[in-house]
Amino acid sequence: MEFVLALAIGIMTGSGVWLILRPRTYQVIIGLSLMSYAVNLFIFGVGGVKSNAAPLLGEGVDIAALADPVPQSLVLTAIVIGFATTALFLVVLLAARGLTGTDHVDGREQPK
Amino acid sequence: MTGETLLALLVCLPFLGSLAAAALLRTNSRVLAARMSGVVALAGLVMTAFLYPAVKRGPVRFEVEWLPQLGLDFTLRMDGLAWLFTMLITGIGLLVVVYARYYMSEEDPVPRFFSFLLAFMGSMLGIVLSGNIILLSVFWELTSIFSFLLISYWHHNAAARDGARMALTVTGIGGFCLLAGLLILGHIAGSYDLDAVLAAGDRIRAHPLYLTALVLILIGALTKSAQVPFHFWLPNAMAAPTPVSAYLHSATMVKAGVFLLVRLWPALSGTYEWFMLVGIAGISTLLLGAYFAMFQQDLKGLLAYSTISHLGLITTLLSLGSPVAAVAAIFHMMNHATFKCSLFMAAGIIDHETGTRDMRRLSGLLRYLPATGILAMVASAAMAGVPLLNGFISKEMFFAEAVETHADSFLDRILPYVATLAGAFSVAYSLRFIHVVFFGPPPVDLPKPEPHEPPRWMRFPVEFLVLACLVVGIIPGMSIGPFLHTAVVSVLGDRTPEYSLAVWHGINTPLIMSTIALVGGIALYAVLKDYLARCDDGPPLFRHLRGQRIFERVLVTVSWKWARWLESRLGTRNLQPQLRLVATAGLLAGVVPLYISGFSPRPPAFGEVDPVFAAIWLVGSVCAVGAAYQAKYHRLAALVLLGGAGISTCITFVWLSAPDLAITQLLVEIVTTVLILLGLRWLPKRSEKVDNSVALAARGRRFRDFLLAVGCGIGMFVFAYAIMKQPVPDAIASYFLERAYSEGGGRNVVNVILVDFRGFDTMGEICVLGIVALTVFALLRRFRPAPDSIEKPEQQLIQNAFDAERPERSAGDTVRDYLLVPSVIMQWMFPVVITFAVYIFMRGHDLPGGGFAAGITMAIAFLLQYLAGGVRWAEDRLRVLPLRWMGTGLLLAVATGVGAWLLGYPFLTSHARYVDLPLIGKAPVASALLFDLGVFSLVVGATVLILIALAHQSIRTHRVRAIEASKAEEA
Repeated sequence: MEFVLALAIGIMTGSGVWLILRPRTYQVIIGLSLMSYAVNLFIFGVGGVKSNAAPLLGEGVDIAALADPVPQSLVLTAIVIGFATTALFLVVLLAARGLTGTDHVDGREQPK
Repeated sequence: MTGETLLALLVCLPFLGSLAAAALLRTNSRVLAARMSGVVALAGLVMTAFLYPAVKRGPVRFEVEWLPQLGLDFTLRMDGLAWLFTMLITGIGLLVVVYARYYMSEEDPVPRFFSFLLAFMGSMLGIVLSGNIILLSVFWELTSIFSFLLISYWHHNAAARDGARMALTVTGIGGFCLLAGLLILGHIAGSYDLDAVLAAGDRIRAHPLYLTALVLILIGALTKSAQVPFHFWLPNAMAAPTPVSAYLHSATMVKAGVFLLVRLWPALSGTYEWFMLVGIAGISTLLLGAYFAMFQQDLKGLLAYSTISHLGLITTLLSLGSPVAAVAAIFHMMNHATFKCSLFMAAGIIDHETGTRDMRRLSGLLRYLPATGILAMVASAAMAGVPLLNGFISKEMFFAEAVETHADSFLDRILPYVATLAGAFSVAYSLRFIHVVFFGPPPVDLPKPEPHEPPRWMRFPVEFLVLACLVVGIIPGMSIGPFLHTAVVSVLGDRTPEYSLAVWHGINTPLIMSTIALVGGIALYAVLKDYLARCDDGPPLFRHLRGQRIFERVLVTVSWKWARWLESRLGTRNLQPQLRLVATAGLLAGVVPLYISGFSPRPPAFGEVDPVFAAIWLVGSVCAVGAAYQAKYHRLAALVLLGGAGISTCITFVWLSAPDLAITQLLVEIVTTVLILLGLRWLPKRSEKVDNSVALAARGRRFRDFLLAVGCGIGMFVFAYAIMKQPVPDAIASYFLERAYSEGGGRNVVNVILVDFRGFDTMGEICVLGIVALTVFALLRRFRPAPDSIEKPEQQLIQNAFDAERPERSAGDTVRDYLLVPSVIMQWMFPVVITFAVYIFMRGHDLPGGGFAAGITMAIAFLLQYLAGGVRWAEDRLRVLPLRWMGTGLLLAVATGVGAWLLGYPFLTSHARYVDLPLIGKAPVASALLFDLGVFSLVVGATVLILIALAHQSIRTHRVRAIEASKAEEA
């Protein structure tokens, strides 16, 4: 379980890093999204990976067997903020494209 | 009123007055601001006078904790020395205000002047009254800033701007060094409290860091007091209005440096390093300042160099390390302030009446300004050290100390000769000032031809100060004696020496030195008179060595040339190298510590791999890599693949017992995808054929990036695997788990954490969301699409062409009919989705769900309407006011928090209980629910605002097209 999850985090990070190093803004936005998946999973994984654990309090549920709520609440807010930053970046991207006429990350094409 | 309160009031009052004066800016009345400033200064003076009996018994302290964990308290402390200086600052401040009332012209923004002047007064009082050395350095910086503002008061004048900038740069650098030095000092003493520092003198002088601290503090003090080699800023600061020169640059601010030396004298002085460093600076300043002063043609320039020289005299006295010298230093500070301030004011009157300060043009003014002339003569005599005036007494003390040898060094041996020579110079320039300006033939060709005496009250401050010179000069023991003694005792304590302030000590060495200086000075002036009358500004030889020009050149070199060079070498404006640097740094930051600490990766255990989970991530990984591969040329495909990776993430959350995360992830995934889909339309077309000839360098770059990406990926994999295999220490999870139900009233611990335990964090978070939404909205208001994106999309063009071919169809029909069945379904789903949102919201406290998830669901409900019918259709039927939603949400969240206040609990304390509702049954009603409602409302508003703002762009381009079409028709 941990192995697969770690591998997934690694692959998404790698793809994300590759993309943020590319020259087109759209590539960067996709890269950031992939990296945010990886980071969210990583933070979530740090709290311990438990499958089939009860997520909610109830009668007769042992507290020690419950899933750790702290990384979950961290990641929950991270997801929402991630949406906000993606939106902001997308709009900056569009505005830059409209103003400069190019979708290169530097606002002008690299000289060949 | 107790002494403590008075002390606090004393420092605060000028700042309050400054604010009030600033508020008078619109009135443009110079009388009102001046009167108010006068009242403030007078009140300060009276309060200080009232404090004297208490101060005489011992220091008065006022303490408020500021940052106690850093040892930084707001401590004010008034002892004898501080009292004397406070009297000086408020007293001369009052006189300067009276003078400035008449000096400033109607055209100047006078309230601004008084506002700065009062703020400066407050800062200066802060320096002398600080009981904490860090606080002292704060006020120190404030005086630099207000001095800058005052020098540049006539900011239309280039000389004023340059002088102000130079003063700020020099004293600012000094202030920075001072702060560093004081931090070291506090570190050695173990406390930043002034009393503790002063008591730790022996420990400080023995400490290995003593020299470092000393040099840094001296740089601070010497820059402020314009000592060689930092003296050059003071003559350039003479571009300030004369009241400023009189107040800041002769009586108070430049005294701050020597004041600090006196203040720290018990802690720092007495060592060989102190003697050498302070002594060399002081002696060279004393001599050079006096020498330069003789050759000035500008009245204020002469006075400025004379000030430098006298400050050098004080510094020299302090360097000697003998208690009597310290007494003389304190005494001379007071004397210098009185005669120099009056001389500046007299110079200001001359400038005011004749329109020039150039000594080559002035002469014979005594017949026009008899009273001012006599006052200036008395003050000049005090400056020259003529008997029966205050300057004489302190100068005698200086000569006496100069003769006495304190350490057997070169400096000591030359000091008596240097002192006499400087004394002769000072006689010469004082004489020159009087002789040139007031005697000789009547002036010709003055800018203002008919000079006459100034208004009565403009001359009053000069009269008062000159009277003080006389009184102190004739009966020192009965006038300033007791106060000086209190000040001396506060600095020297047990080491207070026997000293005598008498005018006549019999015929002794100092008297002979004085006589030599007096006669020599007169002779020197007689010799130089003709040369001085026509020479250029500045002394021979040194005339061409302009401190200002050197300073400017250094400044340009450091802040422009070097900075540019560094930027061109190290900086880049391109994003890619920057991100490459960040990624590499991140990789190294992860790898290097692990490598050093001998980390070895754990061998993977394949036996525990669940095949289904592995299959999910096989798909997820392929999607992620595919997105990375396709993002350049196939944006839609990349977006779909990104969604695939997102779904895998979402399933993982379900799999690993985090239903809340799964719900939120799924909903956010939907919104993000729609968002990016809306954006795709505005991006340029790109096909693979465009640049298939890839240069070798580009291939190299790609390969390097590829290696970096693979390295980061592998690093994250190893790191994540290692960390997930560690046993999880029980940190705070069980705390939340145990208390979620009993204190938060909810079974869904994640939600309880969000809205209750960590509610304040969530509040910050929704604020961020709101800010982002508003930013997006603002950015899109000014959005201009690129020219190649204005055309209608290809698909719509084809559809419209299809309509145009058929007579029974009109243009736009196909577009409208496109995906008709799904759009009808979407329209009908509206109430269902809203109900679902309410459901998710209500169950949030006990079951997966909550404000965030419900908010996004609600936003999707609106979004579907836009998708189904288009922007116009949706807005004809539905008025969504995202800003109202956001505002309501924020207000609700804050109100919930404030509600806890009203009941006497800390902000955002929640209260929970269950209520039986008809039909629905038992429902949790926590005040956290209200907070969650705020979260919900804000999330709805922010999400909808972002999406609608983006969706609206397509309508705006329609409008642009329509306008262009109508223009074309008109043409």
